[in-house]
Parts: sequence; C-alpha cells; structure tokens
Amino acid sequence: MGATVTTEATEVRGDARGPLNVSYGKMMMWYFILSDSLTFCGFLVGYGFTRYKFMDTWPIADEVFNHFPFLHGVDAPMYYVALMTFILIFSSVTMVLAVDAGHQMKRKKVATYMFLTILGGLVFIGSQAWEWKNFINGSYGAVETTGGSILQFVGEDGKQIALADFAVVDPNKKDATLTRANATWFVNGPSKSTYSLAEVQAGFDANPTIRIRTQKTTDAKHKEILSREASVERLKDAVLVVEGANLIRNEYGHKTFADFFFFITGFHGFHVCTGILINIIIFFNVLLGTYDRRGSYEMVEKGGLYWHFVDLVWVFVFTFFYLV
Amino acid sequence: MAAEATAHHSNAKKIWKVFFILSAITIVEVALGIFKPESLHHVHIFGLSLLNYIFIVLTIWKAYYIMWSFMHLEQEKTAFRWTVAGVLSFLCVYLITLVLIEGNYVYEVFQHAQYKWIF
Repeated sequence: MGATVTTEATEVRGDARGPLNVSYGKMMMWYFILSDSLTFCGFLVGYGFTRYKFMDTWPIADEVFNHFPFLHGVDAPMYYVALMTFILIFSSVTMVLAVDAGHQMKRKKVATYMFLTILGGLVFIGSQAWEWKNFINGSYGAVETTGGSILQFVGEDGKQIALADFAVVDPNKKDATLTRANATWFVNGPSKSTYSLAEVQAGFDANPTIRIRTQKTTDAKHKEILSREASVERLKDAVLVVEGANLIRNEYGHKTFADFFFFITGFHGFHVCTGILINIIIFFNVLLGTYDRRGSYEMVEKGGLYWHFVDLVWVFVFTFFYLV
Repeated sequence: MAAEATAHHSNAKKIWKVFFILSAITIVEVALGIFKPESLHHVHIFGLSLLNYIFIVLTIWKAYYIMWSFMHLEQEKTAFRWTVAGVLSFLCVYLITLVLIEGNYVYEVFQHAQYKWIF
C-alpha cells in the first residue's frame, strides 16, 4: 500500500530515484549542504590564517566569552556556549525524531517534534543575540595606543578590572556629544566613550596597584602583565578609550577578532534563522495534512537535513572559535 | 526496497543513544577547555598543542555521528556517501593545510624578515 502511494507521488513530483538511489530533492539538498559547508570552511580557515598570522597577540577566547545569565560578574568561561551547543544538539534530536515519525506517517507526532525543534531554534538564536549583546557592550573597557595595540587594566591580583572601577570622573567635563539635539547632526564625529582618556589616566595615577596587561601571550599562555613602571611608560602611548566591540576596534585585543566573530557566528545565525523559517513552513504543512495527501513526509527529511547541517556547522564553530 | 522495509519501525532508541554520545563528547570538550590540563595544553606537536588535537578529533567524531546517524548518510549508497563526505573532507583538508602553512609563514615574516613593509 505504502509503495503504491509512493509511486504515485513520484510520478506527480518527478522524484524518480537516480543511479545513487537517492531522490532528486534529497540529493540536491546534500549538494547544497556540501557547497555551503565549503563556504563555512573558507570562513573558519580564514580565521585560522589570521590567527596564525598574529599567533602571539590573539585574544584568548575563554577570557572574552565568560558571561552567564543571572551570574553577573562571575567568571563563567564557556558555560554559556556549552549550553547553546546542547540546545542546538537537542533540537537536532527532536528534528530527527520528527523525521522518524514521518517515516511512520504519524502526523501528530511529527507536528509535536517539529514544534519542539522550532522552539529549540528560537532559544538558540535568542542566546546568540545575548552573546552578541555582551560582546558588543564589553565588560571591562581598554585603551588603544597610537600603534593600534589594546591595553587592558589589571588590579593587584592580576585580574582584569573595568574602567568604571578606577576612572576618576571629572565633574567639569564638557559633554561634547554630537547629537541632533545639539544641532550637530551634520557632523560625523567619533562615538564618545563613557570615560575620557584623561579620566582613565587620572584613575590610573591615583591607584598605584593598577598595572597594564598587553595583548602579548607569554609562554605560559597567559597575557603579559607589565610592571608598574613599564605600565606608566606604556600608558603614555594611549590615544583612545575603547569600550566593547564593533567592526573597527574592540576592547578584547586584535581588531580582526571581532570581525571574524561577527561574520562567522552571524552567518551561522543567519542559517539558523532560515532553518527556523523552513521548519515553520513545514510545521504548518504538517498541520494542514499536506504530506499525508502527498503520501510521503520526505519534505520533513529535507528540512531536517538542513537543520542538522546548521548543528554540524555549530559543532565546528564551537571548537575553532571557543575551544582551540 | 531495503529503505522501505526499515522505514516503518522506529529508530527512537538509537537516536537517544546518539544524543547521549554527542552530549558526553561535548561535556568532555568543555571540561578540558575549562581546566586545560598542563600536560596537554603545553605539549606541542607541529606547533599545535596536544589539547587542540584532542578537540579536533572529538569534533570530527561528533560530525561523524551527526552526518551518519542524524542525517542518515549511513543508509545511503556508498557511492553517494563518497560524493558528499569524501569531496568535503578532501577539499577542507587541502584548504586548511595550504592556508595555515601560509599563515605561519606570514607570522615568521613579521617576526624575523627584513621586508615586513611589503605585507
């Protein structure tokens, strides 16, 4: 019975099995995934190239991504990305369960699992947005030198401290923010930081325990911390206060680090978004009984292939961006 | 025909088993990433620490489970599997090898060469 229905469907939809015994749709989904994987490979290899090029000044990822919801100020390296990985793997499981239920033509079960998959995808993309928010806002702040190096500040115990912890705020500071309200909308100035360089300098001078941490990685795989004398000397080169990250500069260290973060996780996030969209369309078709009428749940399988691919890419992004 | 025969019984048990394996590998990765054992983190082979080799092996292991089990590559014909996994592995390994060697070369130029300004 099942076989007859499938034959009918293949005649209508042109799903004749080719020499590799795969339906045309599935085969093309696989080849699309192949080419898309190569795009991601290109991105990650580009990251690898830049990292090798700046081997001894590259930021250490678990010092950058150490936030966890409701644990403000607690150093939680990688817990959150690990959680995101679990969410995505779990949504892959519900997806493959939907495909499995589709083989058995159980419409309600497919719908439930598709719904859970969509939910997992939404939670993941929300988590990624939160990760981006933390990355863009930054947590400590730093200064940049004339040569473009980032200098971070550490306290007595060698742990990084925020500009807000020590900067001496000048009450007479003139806020020259270029806003529309000041009728300066036509002037394109640099965005203003919370603390001016002079305020950071004043705070640094007032606290003799503060030292500077440079971008250089030592043999012990930590960032180099200068002595107080060297710190005083080095801070003379500072020209700019950097808070958070954007495509031009970031407080975490090397400029291209943020660019790669935005591009790779952004491109992956874009795939997650389209995956959710595809899953929603399939979900409604399941509810409407489209695949029951067609006699085959192969569309769930094809959507599933794409969704697993998104998970597959994340496994690699997780390793090469966060772990290695 | 074989695919039709297997299509009707549920693979749910196997799916949960794969989920368990993937989770276990991820937990091991995260634990290693947080603790970074000295003996692995500071031993280098060809400029890459032992810890990183472990991460890469574990990642490929996870990718294998996702592609073979979740994406059902296991059930496809061998020839088709090769057109996807074979082509992908060959091209990726090729690109990675060439580009990382190049990156290392540029690093050396920055460190020691007289003609940095060309870069």
